[in-house]
Formats: sequence, C-alpha cells, structure tokens
Amino acid sequence: MTKSAFLTDATICIGCKACEVACKEWNNVPADGFTWTGLSYDNTQALGASTWRHVMFLEQPQRAGPQIAGTSEPFRWVFLSDVCKHCANSGCLEGCPTGAIVRTDLGTVYVQPDVCNGCGYCVVSCPFGVIDKNHEDGRAFKCTFCYDRQKVGLMPACATACPTHSIQFGPYEELQERAKDRVVELQERGYTDAKLYDPKETSVGGIHAFFVILGEPENYNLPPAPEVPTVYLKSAWTSALLTAAILIGVVFAAFSFR
Amino acid sequence: MTVPGNPRGRATEERLQEIKRIAGETSLAPGAAKLGSHPQITGHDSYYGLPALKPPVWTWEIPLYFFLGGISGVSGCMAFVAHLLHADPGLVRVLLWVGFIGSAICPMLLIADLGRPARFLNMLRVFKWRSAMSMGAWILIGFSACITPALFANELILRGFDWPILGFLRWSAEAGALVTGLLLAGYTGVLIGATANPLWSANRRVLPVHFLTSGMGGASAILELAGFFVLPTQILGFIAAGVETLLDLKVELRKPAVDAPLHHGPSGIAFRIAGLLEGPGSLLVRLFWGSTHYGRLTAAIFFLVGSALSRYAWIWAGRVSARQPNVEFARQRAGEARP
Repeated sequence: MTKSAFLTDATICIGCKACEVACKEWNNVPADGFTWTGLSYDNTQALGASTWRHVMFLEQPQRAGPQIAGTSEPFRWVFLSDVCKHCANSGCLEGCPTGAIVRTDLGTVYVQPDVCNGCGYCVVSCPFGVIDKNHEDGRAFKCTFCYDRQKVGLMPACATACPTHSIQFGPYEELQERAKDRVVELQERGYTDAKLYDPKETSVGGIHAFFVILGEPENYNLPPAPEVPTVYLKSAWTSALLTAAILIGVVFAAFSFR
Repeated sequence: MTVPGNPRGRATEERLQEIKRIAGETSLAPGAAKLGSHPQITGHDSYYGLPALKPPVWTWEIPLYFFLGGISGVSGCMAFVAHLLHADPGLVRVLLWVGFIGSAICPMLLIADLGRPARFLNMLRVFKWRSAMSMGAWILIGFSACITPALFANELILRGFDWPILGFLRWSAEAGALVTGLLLAGYTGVLIGATANPLWSANRRVLPVHFLTSGMGGASAILELAGFFVLPTQILGFIAAGVETLLDLKVELRKPAVDAPLHHGPSGIAFRIAGLLEGPGSLLVRLFWGSTHYGRLTAAIFFLVGSALSRYAWIWAGRVSARQPNVEFARQRAGEARP
C-alpha cells in the first residue's frame, strides 16, 4: 500500500473544530475537561493523550496577503489544525522500549494499545510535543491516522469531517506536489509569508502530516529545526563509556593504596 | 433626565451620540478593550507562550531509581576491583550486598512508575540499541544476573564451602557486575540526555559524567557508613566531591539560556543545594574534618543527600525546560540543537 499523508492548509481552515470533534467521536477519545484559556477560541491548547487534532487560533497584527481586514490597524486571524506528524524518523517510535510503537504498512506511526505499558519514554522523545500519557488509563496515546478506517478504504475522521478541505488526505507523493503548488499559488496571490512546513533537512527526515502556514513555524508551536533524539545517542554514550573507563582506573588506583 | 428602561438615568441622548461619534471616528468605543490587549503573535513568537513539548511524566520512583542504580552499579564495579587488589573481605562483602539490594529494589521502582505495571515484562519484548530505555531494561537484568551469583558465591565461600566452581563463578560474576554495573550507573545520563527535552539534551555529555561520579561517591560513602574508614574510601570521597565541585563550577560559569531552570526558580534552588552538598560541601568537610570518623561520616552523608537531591533537581528542571518554547525555538534557529 502507498504511504498515506495529511496536507493541512492554514489558509483554508475556518476554525470550526469539526476535525477535533470528529476525531474524538470516532476514536472514543476522552474529554479534556473545560478550561477557558482566553487565548482566542483555543481552549484545547495543545495535542495530548486525549487531543489528537488541535485547532489553533492565531491573532496577529498583520494582514493576510492582499486582504482588507476592515480594522483600523492591520489584523488577521489564522487557523490551523495541528496533528501528529507521523515522522519519517520518529522520536517516539525509536525511544519505545516495548516495541509498542511501530511503523504500519501505510507508513504511519502507530501505538499498539495492547503492548504499551506506560513507561513514558515516548513522551520526552517527541520533538513536536505530540504524544502523552493518559494518567487515568496508564498508557500513551496519539493520533492513529485512523488506521482502522484506512484499512477499509475510508479517509481519516478529521479529513472526512473537514467542511473546507483544509485537511486533505491522500497518497504522500500526490499531496507533496499539491502542497508545493499551493505555496507557489499563494505567493503569486500576494501571501508572501506562505510556506510549507515539512522539515526534510533535519534528522526527522520529513513528516507525513505537513502544513501550509502563513508566517513562521514558531507561531504555530512547530519547531523550526526539530531533531529526532536518537542523534544525541552517540555523544551521550561516548561520554558515559569514556567516564566509565576512567572510573575503573580511578577505583583501581584508590584500592591500590592501603 | 431619565430615559425609559434606564433606571440609573445616567446616559443622556447626547452621551449616546458622543459614543457613536467616537466609535465611528476611531473604530473603538470609549472604554472598550483595545485590539492588542489580547495576546498576539508576531515575528518569531511562539503560540501564545504555550509549551511546545511535553514534560516528563515520571514520578518520585524514577529519580530514586537513578540514585540507587548509580550506587549499586558502581558498588558492583568496586567489588571486582577491591577483590582483585586483596581489599578487606568485609569491605568486598558490603559492596556485593549493596549491589544486590540495589538490583532488587531498582526493578520494583521502575515497575511501580509504569502506567500499566502488570505489563512490565513487555520491556523484554525487544532489544533496541537506539532506545536508551530498552538498553537500560536489559542492563538492569544483566546486572542482577551478575551480582546475584557473585553475592551468593561469596557468601558460600565465606561460610567455608571451598568448591572450585564457586571461585570461578564469583570471579566471572563480579567481572560481569563490573561491566553491567557501570553501564547501569551511566546509562541513566544517556537516557535523559538523548531526548527532545532542551535542558537534558543540551547537557547530554555532562549528565553521564555526573551520574557516574555521583554513583562512585555514593558507593564509597555507603562503605564509610558501614564503618570502613580506610584510605581507598577517603580517596574516592575526595575525588567524587572534587569532580562534582568542578561540574558545579562549569554550570555556574557557563549560563546558556537553555540552562535557566538550573539557575532560576525553585528547580534552580534545589539544583544548587544538591550541588553544594555533593560538591564543595562534602569536599570541604572531608578536607577540614576528614581526619576524624565523624568528619568522614558527615562528608559521606552530605554527598549521599546531595546525590539523591540532584536526581530530583534534574527531573524537576527538565519539567520547567519543557514549558519554555521560546528558548528551544531560539536554540534551533541558532543551529544549537543539532548533534
């Protein structure tokens, strides 16, 4: 089977949160509780164990391309639905000590809920802050890319419910092309800060859920240069093994004195 | 003049017209909240300062495991060396017991921290070089598998069983305990260093050094608490406290933004207290008072308390670090997050 991908386009999103609701209803994801953040219309705040699609509401004192905002000062309101990136080189997958987190035949990253024992190492291994532990349940959870729906030929719940096709689902290569074309089109229409977020040049090696955004990745809490934490292993282990070798020498020397 | 429907009668028709005029001219009614008093996102701002990473979910069992694992692991290593160099058999015996008791308690701590403790055996489903936690699970089992026969063989030999197989078993098990014990004491630094956490990954080279040194000083301190006021434990006590002092100095002198949780706030206070106890505190006590047993005991206790507190401080500071998206984004922009 071909690799699946999400293209989520901030320039089309209307901030309706159908994706959040559809995801929760299809996957029986528990409620997060009620918190009024005062941060625009975003009361969800971040992805987590019980939030697998998170709609962001950016209030920014600048215009969106050539649009007339209708306010005395420049203003735009941009929305984006955040999701698990299903990284090509995935921090959570590499870190998992039980082998619960696997790469599926669809190229997605999937947490097997019957294997996970809730050790929490995936939580600190994700450079995007996606996966988290559900403390009532004990296991770690994240977007499944609607593995069950895809297996019978359906689109993921969020893509199905999105009324504007801001969330597009399809084969990876096709959506990559569409994303590039979309950014070019936006630039030509005057959206000079439109860009594609897909960190291929970092150790993450590209993501299967990429985004068309206006402005900087940081504005959406997307890391500008994420790294899969396995790249830190070499220097850390070298330090540990060198120190251990020196320690043997030190202990040897100490016990040679009597 | 009162108006129907307005009991306080403060607004006049003229006032209503004034409100209309101001609102029409300035696009904002007098007294209304101004655009821009809400949090807004400009330039390279993060998303309203909300955390972009998840903090560690581990509870008190894990820092305690780091502490005990470090001490028992290095004890295993010291047992082999001490035995090889004909140290006091009583001293070697204490080291083996410390290693064994640690190897028994550590897995219990890890299992207790799991979200689904009944599934602890799933840790043995895979062996992944690229997962420090997978390696750690196997290292712990390996250490247990070495220190346990070493201890039992030693106990049998001490009770007069002189079968040749016991001697061979003891030596080979102790050698295995040396290797696995040092891995146990050091891998925990790699475990938290090779993560997405900015503070931990930025300090990934220093953490294994600190955890190993801490384990060595802790093992030596336990020997002193057991009454072994001999030259080797004095030397190891000085070296451990000295290295910790140097590490403390390094952290104090070089203050990159990513290390802020070590310098500011409650996590910074905990870190500093731990560092003072383990480093200069233990060192100075040993220097000026180390000729007496009480002095050495005090230095040993300072070191142990500081060592335990340090593990908690590092986890706490990591939690704070995960909540600082601007620091991590700036690091990444500057290319500092690359290996």
